[in-house]
Amino acid sequence: MIKELFDKFRQTQVGKSIFRRSYTDTQKEKMQAIHGNVFLHLHPINIRRGALKLGFTWGMGGITFLLFLILTISGILLMFYYHPNTRDAFWDMKDLEFTVPFGMFLRNIHRWSAHLMVITAMLHMFRVFMTGSYKHPRQFNWCIGVMLLLLTLLLSFTGYLLPWDQLGFWAITVGTNMARATPLLGHEGPFGPELGMTAYNDIRFALLGGSEVGSNALLRGYIWHCIFLPIVASVLIIVHFWRVRRDGGISGQG
Amino acid sequence: MDKNEKKQPQDEPKNNSRRRFFLTAGWSGLTALSLGSTAIFARFFFPRVLFEPPARVKIGKPSEFLPGTVDTRFKDNNGVWIVRDEGDRIFAIKSICTHLGCTPNWIESRNKFKCPCHGSGFLRNGLNVEGPAPRPLDRYKITLADDGQILVNKSIVYRSVAGKDPDEFYPQSILKV
Repeated sequence: MIKELFDKFRQTQVGKSIFRRSYTDTQKEKMQAIHGNVFLHLHPINIRRGALKLGFTWGMGGITFLLFLILTISGILLMFYYHPNTRDAFWDMKDLEFTVPFGMFLRNIHRWSAHLMVITAMLHMFRVFMTGSYKHPRQFNWCIGVMLLLLTLLLSFTGYLLPWDQLGFWAITVGTNMARATPLLGHEGPFGPELGMTAYNDIRFALLGGSEVGSNALLRGYIWHCIFLPIVASVLIIVHFWRVRRDGGISGQG
Repeated sequence: MDKNEKKQPQDEPKNNSRRRFFLTAGWSGLTALSLGSTAIFARFFFPRVLFEPPARVKIGKPSEFLPGTVDTRFKDNNGVWIVRDEGDRIFAIKSICTHLGCTPNWIESRNKFKCPCHGSGFLRNGLNVEGPAPRPLDRYKITLADDGQILVNKSIVYRSVAGKDPDEFYPQSILKV
């Protein structure tokens, strides 16, 4: 009954436009199914047997990307209940934990995925290094990967401030105090004072939007964390995956 | 192959100075535009107006600060301790640890400032005596205003130097009343 209805639907113009080819189990049809779908075409049509070995790749790059997706979705949901200002931020975080349906679950998903993503990105990098997969012709993609690791750490750091609790506040205080010591651009760094850097015009001032960790810093952390850094990371992820394919696919044994 | 060789001289204009002019103008325009917008975006991140506690704070008459006390009333809002020695010397210590920027506490019973983050300790004149802090606590400029109140100017910091007694290194940080 259902199959008959479905077959009838596939004969209509709408059905034909959605299901553009038959799904008979032949090599050609399989390849076209992967090739003709924007989401599936991330996958190669065929790969070497050795690249499938979990012991070789650990699947760490894929897991890192999965965590990125989880973080994007859970992060967007968290944004529905979070006001990025110093009056509300901490209490919104508490509301998420105690009153919002599934809020505690959501927040913990986001938190643990974030911790895990740093770990898996590093393990992925470790694997790529140990298997020599950074060598020719993959040098360019290694550098993209280093930038992605940096972005992961920056996302982690900016997200640290958002609960506006003592832990995050002091972590960002200490972290941005390091920016004071930036050579040339920090007011306590080498050649900084000589170039006229003060607490009100140096690189730390631009990061915080002020001379101290306050409401401007919270808003900046929020925007870097939720908008700018994810967009840059997404672009680099696209390039990263594209290069994996163009440089000969996932590296494997032989 | 032969066809191309014949065609090429025809494609190339005899005098391509106009094309070059437009290329140069176009690329310099684009370069100027991108450099200019980069500068604008960079400047954008430095706000002109801040909504922070004021840098100059009047804290009351000298008589309100008794000899031999460390006044912690202004720590929460202004980040400063007012210290008066047994005599008539008053100075303002910046309440930020010189290790990594936490806020120490004045512990009256132990007669010193202790930082809760990593255990740095400072004497009442700001000298670092224990823990990881590399140098004494900094001081702010302190003066008497026209109305007789003490004025702390937080935009002028006497940055301490490792191994130097701040009292001797910055005599100008001390207000005699």
